[in-house]
Amino acid sequence: MVNTKTKSITKPVIEIHGMHKWFGNFHVLKNISLAVNQGERIVICGPSGSGKSTLIRCINRLEVHQQGDIIVNDIELTGDLKNLEAIRSDVGMVFQSFNLFPHLTVLENCTLAPIWVKGLPKKEANELAMELLTRVKIPEQALKFPGQLSGGQQQRVAIARSLCMQPKIMLFDEPTSALDPEMIKEVLDTMIELAETGMTMLVVTHEMGFAKKVADSVIFMDEGEIIEQNDPKKFFNNPQNERTKLFLSQILNH
Amino acid sequence: MSSQTYKPGSYPNLPPPPGTVGVYGWIKNNLFSSISNSLLTIISAILLYYLIDGIIGWFFLDAVFDADSKIECRKIDSGACWAVITRRVGQFVYGFYPEVERWRIDVSFLTMFVAFAPLLYPDIPKRKWLLWFSAIYPVFAFILINGGFFGLAKIEYSLFGGFMLTVILGVSGIVCSLPLGIVLALGRQSKLTVVRTLSVCFIEFMRGVPLITLLFVASSMLNYFMPPGTNFSILVRVIIMFTFFSAAYIAEVIRGGIQAIPKGQYEAADALGMTYWQKTRFITLPQALKISIPGIMNTFIGLYKDTTLVVVIGLLDPLGIGRAALADTKWNGLSTETYLFVALFFFVSCFAMSRYSLWLESKLNTDHK
Repeated sequence: MVNTKTKSITKPVIEIHGMHKWFGNFHVLKNISLAVNQGERIVICGPSGSGKSTLIRCINRLEVHQQGDIIVNDIELTGDLKNLEAIRSDVGMVFQSFNLFPHLTVLENCTLAPIWVKGLPKKEANELAMELLTRVKIPEQALKFPGQLSGGQQQRVAIARSLCMQPKIMLFDEPTSALDPEMIKEVLDTMIELAETGMTMLVVTHEMGFAKKVADSVIFMDEGEIIEQNDPKKFFNNPQNERTKLFLSQILNH
Repeated sequence: MSSQTYKPGSYPNLPPPPGTVGVYGWIKNNLFSSISNSLLTIISAILLYYLIDGIIGWFFLDAVFDADSKIECRKIDSGACWAVITRRVGQFVYGFYPEVERWRIDVSFLTMFVAFAPLLYPDIPKRKWLLWFSAIYPVFAFILINGGFFGLAKIEYSLFGGFMLTVILGVSGIVCSLPLGIVLALGRQSKLTVVRTLSVCFIEFMRGVPLITLLFVASSMLNYFMPPGTNFSILVRVIIMFTFFSAAYIAEVIRGGIQAIPKGQYEAADALGMTYWQKTRFITLPQALKISIPGIMNTFIGLYKDTTLVVVIGLLDPLGIGRAALADTKWNGLSTETYLFVALFFFVSCFAMSRYSLWLESKLNTDHK
């Protein structure tokens, strides 16, 4: 017991070795290798179509990779995996388009999976959900339907919904890209607070301010490859690769 | 009013100009917006007056409600001769079900509403208890209508007829075809090849043949396909055919609903670790069924009206009873009255279904509350 515990501290929670993925004949991800430690916060950026969303979707197997290894929480993701659901319940995901369930109230959105996937009693699930809705600062909206909330509120509900599964890892797939400018901050603030709790986070985003503030490491991807990975200070002040420099000049100077 | 000036940021919300809203505004905009429109309105009003006057006269004022024959009707007044209905109303409602046993139909019909209430209205008080009654209702109604148990006299199916037959066929078909349709819709979307192929074959076959041929099969051939010794009554065979036929349509309607659900819904459910059946129960079906309500109700109404087709295999639905009445020399030639009456019955039932589905749609609409 003690052994495995010490092991999990030193061993990365996500390990990717030489991973490739194709969509038909299109080679989307090329030879990706990446290790994420417990509590590490990684921001992934890059031009659209560079494969950054596909990469994090491979980590909870919403996309299936064809070559290489992905190991999440000591379990390798392979085709004959029996308890994919168990792994997914440990990896939370927040989507660009929120993907809340429109026919359920905010509270039911948050309690559905804890009750049915984790078998939590309804009362406990409700308490947990209210606690997390309070943490994302919208407990008063619990009985409304998602369609009645603003985009920023919906995305915070989506974050709370993921957290209700008490995941070890959180994946964010462009969480602020579909939001009106005045709502981006409330979502980013929620994510910053989450980062402060020590959550392991992989965030695909163009919000470079967030990357500077929160990330332990920034990854730049282009055409399916990891071009550069560095800590934020070095990444922004002294990018090594020409393509990174070009990308940063494009998104920072407008 | 427009001469008034306000400081920027302090402009008040003014009421709309007079005559653009309210009853007066509506009349002005919709009925008298131009000279030609006003003329049309006046002409239509005059036409409507004469039409309605004639209709009310024929239907009610000049109508005869009791007489012994058509000839007697004509002697009394010039309007509709409803006597053909009032003299045979028992047959129209119960067919040839024995008169002393008709209370059994009445009880089954009234308790049917109690059985349906908890299914149709989720907010009803004591719903859990009522649902138990809904669950046993089919058996209860079968025993009551069919008899043969608890000292109730057994009634032959050949005596069933009239509106009672329509309701039995229609309601059984509707209740059985919805679950079967859901299963077929899910089967058609299944990843398992065998399940998918079977569902597709069933749906395409049932949609590809006319209902009337299925009814002929039911009346003449179905027993050949069954294991020897089984002998379903013609009524059960007809209900099976109605169920299969409309289940195929419902399956396609629901498939449309399933395909209208954004992919992100499944991804979110996957990401939360939900299994196929959890996704189906909590995410897919609630949303797909809600989207499909108009289409499902369309199919139900179609099925309900198609029950009149059983007349071709010799069952006496209201149209059959009506034809029998018209064949009587006393009432010969009163087809307008007879068919209008039958039409009214169908209209009332179908309109009620239609209103219910609209109510349900607005109740399930979670966008703006």
